[in-house]
Parts: sequence; structure tokens; C-alpha cells
Amino acid sequence: MYDFTYAKPANIADAVKTLAADAEAKALAGGMTFIPVLKQRLNKPSTVVDLSALGLNYIKLEGGKLIVGAMTPHGTVAASPEVKKALPALAELAGNIGDRQVRYRGTIGGSLANNDPSACYPAAVLALGATIKTNTRTIAADDYFQGMFTTALNPDEIITEVHFPLPEKAAYAKFANPASRYAMVGVFVAKFASGVRVAITGAGQNGVFRHAAFEAALSKSFTPDALNGITTPVDEMNADIHGSAPYRAHLVGVMAKRAVAAAG
Amino acid sequence: MVVDGIGASVKRKEDLRFLSGRGNYVDDMNRPGQAYGHFLRSDVPHGKLNKVDISAALKKPGVIAIYTGDDFAAVGGVPCGWQIHSKDGSPMVEPRHPVLAAGKVRHVGDPIALVVAETKQQAKDAAEAIILDIESLPAVANLTAALAPNAALVHDEAKGNICFDWHIGDKAAVEAGFAKAHKIVRLDLTNNRLVPNAMEPRAAIGDYDVSSGEYTLYTTSQNPHVIRLLMGAFVLGIPEHKLRVVAPDVGGGFGSKIFHYAEEAALTWAAAKVKRPIKWTADRTEAFITDAHGRDHISVAELALDAEGHFLALKVDTQANMGAYLSTFAPSVPTYLSATLLAGVYKTAAIYAEVKAVFTNTVPVDAYRGAGRPEATFLLERIVDVAAREMNMDRVEIRKKNFIPKDAFPYQTPIALQYDSGDYLATFDGALKAADYAGFEARRKAAAAKGKLRGIGISTYVEACGIAPSAVAGALGARAGLYEVANIRVHPTGSVTVFTGAHSHGQGHETTFAQLVSEQLGVPHDMIDIVHGDTGKVPFGMGTYGSRSLSVGGSAMVKAMDKIIDKGKKIAAHLMEADVHDIEFKDGKFSVVGTDKAKSFGEIALTAYVPHNYPIEELEPGLEETAFYDPKNFTYPGGCHICEVEIDPDTGVTQVINFTAVDDVGRVINPMIVEGQVQGGVAQGIGQALLEHAIYDESGQLLSGSMMDYTMPRADNIPNIFVGTETTLCTHNPLGSKGVGEVGAIGSPPAVINAVVDALRDYGVRHVDMPATAAKIWSLIDANQPKMAAE
Repeated sequence: MYDFTYAKPANIADAVKTLAADAEAKALAGGMTFIPVLKQRLNKPSTVVDLSALGLNYIKLEGGKLIVGAMTPHGTVAASPEVKKALPALAELAGNIGDRQVRYRGTIGGSLANNDPSACYPAAVLALGATIKTNTRTIAADDYFQGMFTTALNPDEIITEVHFPLPEKAAYAKFANPASRYAMVGVFVAKFASGVRVAITGAGQNGVFRHAAFEAALSKSFTPDALNGITTPVDEMNADIHGSAPYRAHLVGVMAKRAVAAAG
Repeated sequence: MVVDGIGASVKRKEDLRFLSGRGNYVDDMNRPGQAYGHFLRSDVPHGKLNKVDISAALKKPGVIAIYTGDDFAAVGGVPCGWQIHSKDGSPMVEPRHPVLAAGKVRHVGDPIALVVAETKQQAKDAAEAIILDIESLPAVANLTAALAPNAALVHDEAKGNICFDWHIGDKAAVEAGFAKAHKIVRLDLTNNRLVPNAMEPRAAIGDYDVSSGEYTLYTTSQNPHVIRLLMGAFVLGIPEHKLRVVAPDVGGGFGSKIFHYAEEAALTWAAAKVKRPIKWTADRTEAFITDAHGRDHISVAELALDAEGHFLALKVDTQANMGAYLSTFAPSVPTYLSATLLAGVYKTAAIYAEVKAVFTNTVPVDAYRGAGRPEATFLLERIVDVAAREMNMDRVEIRKKNFIPKDAFPYQTPIALQYDSGDYLATFDGALKAADYAGFEARRKAAAAKGKLRGIGISTYVEACGIAPSAVAGALGARAGLYEVANIRVHPTGSVTVFTGAHSHGQGHETTFAQLVSEQLGVPHDMIDIVHGDTGKVPFGMGTYGSRSLSVGGSAMVKAMDKIIDKGKKIAAHLMEADVHDIEFKDGKFSVVGTDKAKSFGEIALTAYVPHNYPIEELEPGLEETAFYDPKNFTYPGGCHICEVEIDPDTGVTQVINFTAVDDVGRVINPMIVEGQVQGGVAQGIGQALLEHAIYDESGQLLSGSMMDYTMPRADNIPNIFVGTETTLCTHNPLGSKGVGEVGAIGSPPAVINAVVDALRDYGVRHVDMPATAAKIWSLIDANQPKMAAE
């Protein structure tokens, strides 16, 4: 770790001001990616702006939507009676991120701002058509994710809340990378009256993406068998020491079927 | 009055301090005036080191000194402790292994400079200011690349990158066996490269006392006396009386902390230069690219069978990766610790093995839990399964037919070793019964009904451990003796301190050894301390590896305690005015046979130190004895492991459902510790079989260089492991014990792979190399859809 200045602003305005004042300043949410990066000297921020005192750790139901404060840890989402009732698939997803220690520290806002291509939350946010609220605007999930580690956020923009519409049915099926236990393939399916949305994390070369062919088939018939014969383009898949592109493309189909089955 | 002696499952005395954060590991230690060391390492796999410019770095804040390869030109290289000779009689090629890279870097992680600074951060900052001029050279990152024609040379003196080309066995007899064979089964297999990943990374503090001229090295070692010998005599030229090596609590070793590493020498040497203690603790990334890796063999095996399935002859050709330099025991692993085990539990008539050891631009490879014996066992138990299938024989029957029978011991194998005892049918039948092998088909059907492919795999093994008779080891190339030492100090009030040359880094010696003392001297545990890991306290020792602590170290204790008892009898005879031959020692009491006269152990101890009424003309006061024990033979644990797996054909994921281990480890001192040792070893074996793989890309970069990519087994990968024992005693040591530290890691990998191959039997899969990852299994399933599944 290199030396840096530590700031812990008490309100969003101060946080934004501190971030805006210095191009080398970086925001710290739960730090589950950022702290290891700092420890390995892979990043050299001038100031680390800790967002934990901004009062963004909350969960509420409002206007038929589930609202999760950006600094809410995964463990809190997983254990929340409101989430379990209104959107159990999200509680389930949060409860399988990382390990217990990570779930105590890691936050939904941090995960979305980082947009790791193997993270779980982006699949839920995209499949549910959630809205990301920041200190300046609201961004639709379809506009927010812009490729690996790339989002619509401006450098000094801070996520404050995530607004989830409530689906009729939803589920997340994750095939964990055997080593890191991140999603090697994660599929979130969400059935709304207006149709079905399916988002895939971990597998694609450009981070989380929607699967149009799956959505079309499942909108007609929300059953695992509806996905029979529908393939995922291999040339858009990741390949690494843990699995080839064809393997990942195959797993997308398997996990999608399991998600649909789990959604009931 | 014997409490908690041999055979009791005494809870581990050491666990209270480990579990409550009171362990004393090297990184917990701090010396007055301590500075910090940081090693600048090569990120180039192979390159010409043109220049190391430290001028700017020296000016950075807090920097005390920076050393490079030039500073170590006058000291020795890091030595290798085992010399192998090639077929033609020539000694192995043994290139200099400089403390810090000189002229060339040969693997990612090769140390180039040592920065000493006031703080760790300052040392790292300064290291970043060192300007390197490295001219990258083509690298050979694996065995195949290193052996290719015109391959780049890791060391100019090792032509074709060959370190040695060795063989053992009777080639003519094997040819004769093949000539009359009914069937010859051939199998090509790879034993995957592993990263040891002890929980505690390596750490060291070099210290120098300017007034006494004494050096002290605190280090994470399995054998501090060996480090003192190697570093003192071969590298730095420090005589033993001026060099103390301390290895306190050590958090796991698995072999990787046997070896003498360059960092130890660099820090000890530099401490005298800067006249301050220097501390270094590896981070996990550093551990991945500097701790000696394990395994990494490629073999071709051929087994000749007669029409009834008897094994006539076995021929094995192995390539073994040594990495960039020869680590301490590296040459012994594929040779005398592996090829000599190719008879296994079978009466194969003729065996011949060839081993080519090969340099590559990778981290050095050396002994890792099992060291050579897992490689031999994997090869043998895989080819036996393949042979059974290709002979249309049952896997159980073909093994039973070829077992060395229990009345054949001592059994001379055709490949050097003489097994002293064993009953392979007993462990085999015990395991088959415990695993309900007979009921497997019903479980396979039940799994199939829920869409899972269930398989069962058997492995049997014998291993040679308790290393080793010094004369034999010396004849085979060891450059040290392999006895063990115990010093037993009975204090005036009858409490006992045992100084042992064995080293505990998780094994529970403080408990097991205390049980030996309690059993033999009748002293309760709270009166016994076991001291290890300090050359300043323990007279001498060879350390812990090769499952030797109890069978060799424990035997030394037994011998030393025998001497204590002999002396005690003389004192007792004097006190009770009896003939020494009439004195019996039992349950902590010296008594005159046939009378009610007795003296307690404590009374005798007190008399020895307060010799008012004492046979002072014949006997010195005091009660302290030392014994060196040199074993007469290796010990030969053996057994049978059975693994049951389920494969999800949709994902290729293998789940181990049941694992049964029935082992013969000789006399068991603490059944709970034995169970834990076997379970830990099996967990590592499952890790090797299904998950772990150190993967280098072709350029020589380690792709699986962190926990993000190197798959360590976790709790949800490991089933409940049933551990049983069937005991035959070792015939040549006083305890009858054989060793248990490695059996789990030796017996388990082929059991797992045999189960995986069995599960895939409808897919025409003949062999799966380790690790059998989900991706690998799925691609086999995908490529070999059985006819029955086609619609």
C-alpha cells in the first residue's frame, strides 16, 4: 500500500467535493476489491474517500419498489425480512457473494460502481431493470453497464440508492469459479407482467449482458424446457484457465434453466 | 499411574495457544533495533541481467543498504542435499544457485536485490526505484518445451536442459516379462504441479551479535539443524557454534519448509553487514512464486500381464521438472522416493524405471507431502484399473490376485526396497467393508435416477518413510545422515523436558511425544514439556519430513528413556540396598521384585540431583540422557482408500460423496491425531485430484499465481472422511510405528480419479489427468456422448 490521505465525509455534498477536488482521489465503499488492490500497490490514490458515514445503509419498500441504500452490505440484504419477502431472489444472491467476512463489508453500491465482470449484483440489477440513483441523476440499468469495469458513472459521481421493481417471479443461478468463487456464469431471470428479462454475468467478454433469445423464449413460456435448443454465441464468451468459451456458453444454458426452475 | 499414554486420544496440548492467538510464529517475533528486508524479484521468466542500478534507490528515505548478486559472489551457492548419478555414471549437472541472481534471472520470482530499510514500506518504495536492465531470453516453461530440440537452455552447462538421466531396476528381466506377456497395457499420465500454500507464508529474521560474533536465524523451517548445516557450512561459512537457527511455531510446511532458501542466507549475511536484525515476511504472492512447488511429472507406464491377470513386468519412463535450480532434496523425489515404490503392494516380478530430471524456467520443484510416493501410487493404481478394464477383470479381483501375501514378509521387491511388514488384504477388506463396496450398484442406480453419474474408485498403496538408514541414504546420494536425536532432561522434582530434533509444524508433537514419555516414565502430562525447533537448545536433529518424527524421533526418545530408566535402577538399587537386577521399573515406580519396597520416579530424580545417599563412586549425579537413533530400514505404511463421487453431467462438477481410508500406520500413539493426519492428507489428495494446478503459460508466467486462480480445496469440496486402521507393527524400531503424515496424500488421488473414470464409464473415457476439473470433465462428456443418451 502506498501512503494516501484518508477522508470520511459526513454527507454526500462533502464527499462529492472531496472527490471532485482531486483527480487522483478514489471513493471507498466496502473495500472488498479496492483494499486488496491498494495492498498490492496496483493503485496509488492521493485521497481515499470513505463513504461509510453518508447514511446510505438502509432497505425500504416504497411505491412498489425495493430501495436499497448504496452502502448496504450484502449480509444485510441477505438477512433482510423485507428483501426476503419482496424479492427473495435478491436476498439469495446476496447471501452467496464471497464469504461471511466479505458479506459484512462489501456493499451493493461498491459492487455496481466497480462492475467486475464476474460480480453477482450486476446480473440482478440488469435482469430486474433496476434504476441506479446517484447524487445527480437516475440511470436505467440498461444504460448503466458499459463493459468490464466500465459504467455510466462520472468520476465524482456517487451511487446513493438502487431501486428494484418487483417481479412476479425471479431467481439467480450461479456457477462459481472453483478458485475465486466469483460467478463463472451467473444467470438472473425475472418474470414481469410485461415479459421476461434475463441477465448473464461472469461469462461474457464485455461483462454483464442480457440474453435476448432466452428472454423471447421465456416470455412465451416461462419453463426450463422453453430454452431447449437455444444456444449462446461462443465467440462472445470469456475463456481462461478455468473454462473454455464453449464450456461457458453451455453453462449459460444450464444455469438459465436452473434459474427458471428455481423461480418456479 | 500411567495417564494418557500410548493409545489414548489425548487432546492436543498445543491447540489452546494456536486457537487463542497465542502461537509464537516468526512474524510474531521482533528483535530490538530490527530493520526490514524486501526482495526485488524478477518478473521476467528468463533473462540476461545486464545491470542492476541501485543508485537512486539508495537515496530513498529509510534505506539502510541494498545488496545485489555481486555482493554474494564470494559466498557459496544455495546447495543441493542429494546427488544423483546418471545411467552413464556421471554426476547430475548441478549449476550454481546464487543467493541473489547473478548474470541471469531464471524464473519469475528469482530474487535480484535485497533492500534493507527502517520500515517495510520504505524497503518496498526503494525497491521500486531500482532500475533493472534485463534482456529477455526465450524461456522453457514446461517439460515438453525444455526437452524440445534446440530448446533455450536454463543453464548453459545442462545440455538439453537435462539435470540427470537415471535408471533403476532390471531392464533385461522386464524385457523378458514383456516378451511372454498376454497383454501389455500402456498409460500416459501427468502428475500435476502443485503450490504448497502452507497457511503461514515463509518468514525470517537474520540477527547478528557484534559482541559475541554469533549469528541467529529465526525462520519458518521444518528442520532448523539442517538449515544451520546447509547455510553455515555451504553458503556463508559460519561454524555451527556461531550460528543458531530457531524455528518456533510454524504454520504448516507440507515439505515446502524443509528446504534451505536463498532468503535465509541473504538476511543472515546482511544482518552482520548492517549490524542490525533484519526481518522479512513473504506475502502470499511471493509464496506462490518462491516456495518450492510439488509434483510435475510426465510418465509413460507399461504393464505386462499374463492371461490370468498376474503382473509380469512394469516399465516406467518419467520426466521430472526440477524448475530453474536444484532445491534441497529435489533430485531424490522422482528417483529414490518414487521409482523405488513402483512395486506398490504387488508382487510384480520385474520393474524398470527411467527418470530424466529437467531444468525449466519455473520455481524449483521439490518434496511436497508424499514426495514421489504419490506420483508412484497414482501411476500404479491408475494402470492397474486400466489393466483390469482391458483384461475384463474386476478391479477388486485383479488387485487381490497380485497382492504380496502377509506371510511373504520381509519381502524383497525387485526395485531395491525390502518391506518389513504388512497385511494388504486386511486393509483392503477393511476398506471394502467400511465403504460398503458391495452395495455400490444400488447407490449408482439411485444417483442415475436423479441424473447424476456415480463412480467408485479403489486405490491401494505402500510407501517408504521414516527416512532413513543413514548408510543407505548416503549410498543413494544423500549428503547427510538421517538419524534423529532426543535429549531427555529429568529435573530434580521429577518433571521432564524432552529436546527433540523433530519439528512440529502442525503435527501435534507436543502431545504425541508427551504420551510416549508418560507411557514409558509414568509421568503425567503436566510434568512434561517437549522442546523443538532451536539449535541452541536441542543437541542435534534432522527435522520432520517423510513421516519420520515418531518412527525415528520417537525411537530416539525411547532409547534415551531406556538410559534414564537404567540409571534410575542403579540409583534405586543403591537406595533400597538391593541388586540392580532385582529392580523393576513400572508405572512410574522403581521396586524391588518380590517385595513391597519401592521408590517413585520423583524420589529417584531428586536423589540424582541431591546425591547425599548415592553410589557416587560408580555413577555421576544428574538424570539426563541423549540418544541418537539411526533406523535400520525405511518404514512401510500401506493401506486402501476408496472414493465415491457423483458427477453432474450438465456442468462436469465432481462431488466427492464418501471417502474411506483404512491404513496400516503401525503402532498408533494417539488415534485422534492419526485420524486428523489422514483426513488432512486426504483433503490435500482430493485437492490435487480435482482442483489444484500450478499453470505456467508458455512464456513462463504463473497463471494460477493467486488464490483467485489457484483452487485450494475448501470445506465444501471435502466429504466426511472415514478413517480406519489395521495394524501390523514395524519390525525394526522400538515403537513398531510406521508413520502417518503422508499416507492420506499418497493413497487418495488415484482413488478419486479411479472413481471419476468409473463414473464416466458409459462415455468411453479411459483416463483423466489431474486435476479433473469441471471444465475438463464436461469436455470429455461433451465429446463422448454415449449412444444411450442420444435421442
